[in-house]
Amino acid sequence: MAMRATLRCLSANFSPRLPLLSSAGRDNRAARLRWVSGTRRTFSSCSVLSTALKFTEKHEWVQVEGGIGTVGISSYAQDALGDVVYCGLPEVGQRLEQMGTTLTFTCKAYYYFVLNCLSFCIPAALVDEFGALESVKAASELYSPLTGEVTAINTQLAENPGLVNKDCYAEGWLIKMTIEKPEEVDALMDQAAYDKFIKSLEE
Amino acid sequence: MWARLGVAVGGSMPRASRSGWLHASGAGCAGKRQQRQASSAEVALKKTPLFDFHKAHDGKMVNFAGWSLPVQYKDSHIVSHMHTREHCSIFDVSHMLQTKVHGKDRVKFMESLVVADIAELKTNQGTLSLFTNEKGGIIDDLIVTKTDQGYLYVVSNAGCAEKDSVHMKVRLAEFKAAGLDVDLEFLDEALLAVQGPSMSRVLQEGLKDNLNKLTFMTSTVATVFGVPDCRITRCGYTGEDGVEISVSRLRAVELIEKLLANSEVKLAGLAARDSLRLEAGLCLYGNDIDETTTPVEATLVWTIGKRRRKDKDFPGAEIVVPQIKAKTVRKRVGLVSTGPPVRQHTPILSPDGKVIGEVTSGCPSPCLKKNVAMGYVDSEFAKNGTDIQVEIRKKAVRAVVSRMPFVPTNYYMG
Repeated sequence: MAMRATLRCLSANFSPRLPLLSSAGRDNRAARLRWVSGTRRTFSSCSVLSTALKFTEKHEWVQVEGGIGTVGISSYAQDALGDVVYCGLPEVGQRLEQMGTTLTFTCKAYYYFVLNCLSFCIPAALVDEFGALESVKAASELYSPLTGEVTAINTQLAENPGLVNKDCYAEGWLIKMTIEKPEEVDALMDQAAYDKFIKSLEE
Repeated sequence: MWARLGVAVGGSMPRASRSGWLHASGAGCAGKRQQRQASSAEVALKKTPLFDFHKAHDGKMVNFAGWSLPVQYKDSHIVSHMHTREHCSIFDVSHMLQTKVHGKDRVKFMESLVVADIAELKTNQGTLSLFTNEKGGIIDDLIVTKTDQGYLYVVSNAGCAEKDSVHMKVRLAEFKAAGLDVDLEFLDEALLAVQGPSMSRVLQEGLKDNLNKLTFMTSTVATVFGVPDCRITRCGYTGEDGVEISVSRLRAVELIEKLLANSEVKLAGLAARDSLRLEAGLCLYGNDIDETTTPVEATLVWTIGKRRRKDKDFPGAEIVVPQIKAKTVRKRVGLVSTGPPVRQHTPILSPDGKVIGEVTSGCPSPCLKKNVAMGYVDSEFAKNGTDIQVEIRKKAVRAVVSRMPFVPTNYYMG
């Protein structure tokens, strides 16, 4: 779910502001301290049976419960994308490969100023996108944050794609998937690290 | 999520189809060179007289053709789009190039550059026209108005401002060398587009004269809400009734604040402007028309004056005029589909999967809850109602060639 290109395009222009992340609570402080100390990829020993929200650099979130990951996009992402009017989602049973960290993203804001965006985008996806979220003005291809198999898709989004904007961390989830490589979950950012990441994008 | 207003497809060719924006020159070649250009341009973006006003109203500023302009404000894109269709929105279009053409040979001068029959225009009447090159390609689209003040008032695209002004200056030098009386004045004025069904109610409160006298594509000079010497032209780029007001840059903020005092009125940005013009079937220069498309291919034949066709005396006429009868290999058409949105550069396929063209603009229509797009197709597929396909993410999706405007226009014809 490579939102980054859109976000770069848009965030480069939008007024700086932190996303209102509902679960940015007390736990973040400790996590932030750990992050600052540069041990982000080593501190995690959490069970993949259940986790708090974890984030990718492409502004997806994953939450693991009972060994199944629920995937959506972050508040920051939905805000940058604007009113979502179409969700192209994979089919149940489809196998997804985690998008490699060295890959870049294909995404365009379909304005006249699409050129600004293109300068940030290198269209090179070795892993095929599995879907897309589209607003009136922009489209964002979706790439999987984890390796696994799709076990469910949010069928409500076909009728009501705006749920992605209204409630991106709950009713606006996109897919559920199995987790074949638990270490992929461990490597994702926690809330505090993600908040910091967003801030760095806006600087 | 989707707004109301489910209007049917229908209506006739728009009477005006001006493009208000376009890609920066060099469009289409992304890469490092462009990135450098973009970053150096960021430092030197031009500001309209309303720049601080936009920032104060939470305008999300973007680079458009070298100008810093609001893409949207606090409202979402769809809310802003629908507000324009149901009420009234103000767009800052001060980036557009405004030019006065003076001198007694001004009509002859302008006609040497564009396809319109300007001589035939009534006083204070305006028309959409096209600057064409010797090959019949479209250099830019513009509105030219034959004012009663002894000049032609020309508005053309910001993204073409440089090439348009050079183009006009070169011809000016030729005219002057031939002893003809013509002069150019590039204006420094702000330009506000006030668009939507309640525009006339809103604007009338600030006018002494009756706005009903000002019909679509006519122009006047008036005092608006106490701001003198405003040029009001009843036109726009949304398909709605509307005006564009050229106002002194020193008093632009005062005027916009007085208009906004009416609760009918909201600010709208470039995002809504683009989806509104597309629903209205209006071309965006750089996307839908450019120097490789002729007026005939672009289905803009109606902009070519009858006398001009007969006399074949506009640039590229030798190529363009025969195309009117002989037809062209490709033609600009409207497309409607459901499912995944259709975007610029989407390939258009015949029912049996052969590539027959490409989409030049497309978006989900907030009014129709369907995807609307325009693009060029082989002429044999250009008839309205023809079933075709579009290729989106490697999948062929059904679409239908459809009449434009997609959403009926609401121009005030008197």
